[in-house]
Amino acid sequence: MAIETIRQVSGTVLPLSGDNIDTDRIIPARFLRSVSFEGLEQHLFADDRAQVDALGGAQHPFSDSRYDGATILVVNANFGCGSSREHAPQAIRRRGLRAVVGESFSEIFFGNSVALGLPCVTAAPEAVDTLMQMVARDPAVQVAVDLSELQLTAGTHRFPISMPPAARDGFLDGSWDATGLLLDRYEDVEAVAARLPYVR
Amino acid sequence: MTLLQKVWDAHTVRKLPNGQTQLFIGLHLVHEVTSPQAFDMLRARGWKVRYPSRTVATVDHIVPTRDQRRPFMDVMAEDMLSALERNCREAGVPLLDLNSGSQGIVHVIGPELGITQPGMTIACGDSHTSTHGAFGAVAFGIGTSQVRDVLASQCLALDPLKVRRIQVSGMLASGVYAKDIILEIIRRLGVNGGVGYAYEYAGDTIDRLSMDERMTICNMSIEGGARVGYVNPDETTFDYLRGRRFAPQGEAFDAAVTWWRSMASDTDAHYDDTVRLDAGAIRPTVTWGINPGQSVYIDERLPRPADLEPAARASLAEALDFMGFQGGDPIKGTRIDVAFVGSCTNARLSDLREAARVVRGHHVAPHVKALVVPGSQGVRLAAEREGLDRVFTEAGFDWRNAGCSMCLAMNQDRLEGREVCASSSNRNFKGRQGSPTGRTLLMSPAMVAAAAIAGEVVDVREMTRGH
Repeated sequence: MAIETIRQVSGTVLPLSGDNIDTDRIIPARFLRSVSFEGLEQHLFADDRAQVDALGGAQHPFSDSRYDGATILVVNANFGCGSSREHAPQAIRRRGLRAVVGESFSEIFFGNSVALGLPCVTAAPEAVDTLMQMVARDPAVQVAVDLSELQLTAGTHRFPISMPPAARDGFLDGSWDATGLLLDRYEDVEAVAARLPYVR
Repeated sequence: MTLLQKVWDAHTVRKLPNGQTQLFIGLHLVHEVTSPQAFDMLRARGWKVRYPSRTVATVDHIVPTRDQRRPFMDVMAEDMLSALERNCREAGVPLLDLNSGSQGIVHVIGPELGITQPGMTIACGDSHTSTHGAFGAVAFGIGTSQVRDVLASQCLALDPLKVRRIQVSGMLASGVYAKDIILEIIRRLGVNGGVGYAYEYAGDTIDRLSMDERMTICNMSIEGGARVGYVNPDETTFDYLRGRRFAPQGEAFDAAVTWWRSMASDTDAHYDDTVRLDAGAIRPTVTWGINPGQSVYIDERLPRPADLEPAARASLAEALDFMGFQGGDPIKGTRIDVAFVGSCTNARLSDLREAARVVRGHHVAPHVKALVVPGSQGVRLAAEREGLDRVFTEAGFDWRNAGCSMCLAMNQDRLEGREVCASSSNRNFKGRQGSPTGRTLLMSPAMVAAAAIAGEVVDVREMTRGH
């Protein structure tokens, strides 16, 4: 496996407000009826988009062409809760988004994202609010998420961000794809298995 | 030490350079939705399934619950099952398929076949894997890349978890069930209150619960944000496992019990947090919103935006708007269109018995579509031996084959339009039951049965009075 380090993600932002956005909303279950992840990005927020867009007011951020080409998704609290479906971060990444900034994330969503090379960083609620307001005023605002400095820059603003050290190290040194590491020194694994009374 | 620490230590391969633990996974459960891409990734990298003997597969999410003849009418479902069959055959992984007599929802069959045992680490590409914690296992839901990791290495790289002990004491009132306990816990601690924690459920109330009831509670840990939930193994656990097909037999069973007992939390274990709950105060609970924390007791009214902190008002308004409810409305009397008894939360034999007890001698309201989907072929057969199928069908319920069904509507069983469903499942998320605008009210199986008969949300304690 080629080692890919991820130190910084920069570009424009797609702001998506709301707490507790679950993975059923990110990618409804009917789109999981497939043996591959291909094309999932077309169905991101399919039902939310249809409902918001039908109202005729502001479009859903994922339908809004002002955010086409965004590379950073900004969300509120407990993003990605519910189902463990990796289809959710897969679809987000396949849409071209390369980092997620939020107040907090569900654990399974966070872990799935790490495994795909999609860093999720947390920021204070006030910082997320400010960022969303800036982007609403000017969708072209350039944002940089810096994992080595743990800092987010948006125009002239700077905000601290955080990420659990293990995940951050993985992105910085390119070891975020864990499988290789787990297969290393396999005799240790076999020794543990042999010690367990229920593994024969 | 807590059970979590003991199981964690027993399965630790090594500390990884990044501070995570490489943990050996003693049992990997596989199903058709989250595994095909993982098997493809394995093939692409030229890796083999390392421990096929510690891996078990079944088919649950996409199976039709009416006509199960192959090939399925549903082409996508047929493709997914075919892929699972091929992958299992090539890798030598046992598949409990539709002809096995043992097929069912993965979280129902693991326990009922005795595959799930105390002290194990268990992983499955499904968030409700926490169910298996009822046996004193440490069980994680994982994504597809991690399914690949477990297939290839039988290991996961994980951050350590904190442990919160949830101490539940007191007698449950009649008509109040394990489902109401876990809905109460989620309502109190929040849908993200458990992030970073394993929940240890303890106390005299939990001690008295059957294994089925403990599974209901552990199952919904993830709805409270806790990826892992468990109950310490005790005599109830051992009695349940004795004689089950894949449990140790004879002397090996006694030896296993000694080990299982040793894995339980010590009385002087340290907890990162402790929460106490009075079970006697819990009343039948119904969700009214779009996450499992948005619930009220049957005799309560929905919250009004003005009653809440400003920060919480937007979520409340969004939920009320989606559900078409007003703050201050009573939940009792809410008209329903569909009643669903099923899912890995509440489709075990005892759940069906409780629902049947309410249904017996009544008929489903004329405007309600009602269905019972047993959690497994084993549950279905056991229920039929007791005549529960006739109780349900005579009352106007559909009696279906085992699967996940309308919990997440990946098969043909789904809500239509704005239908309201009284459901014994675990998630009331927007669109969860197959219609983007469909609405879900979560409750115990007995409450679902009562709602099916009344045609609206009612208090099961009033329905069963005098029985």
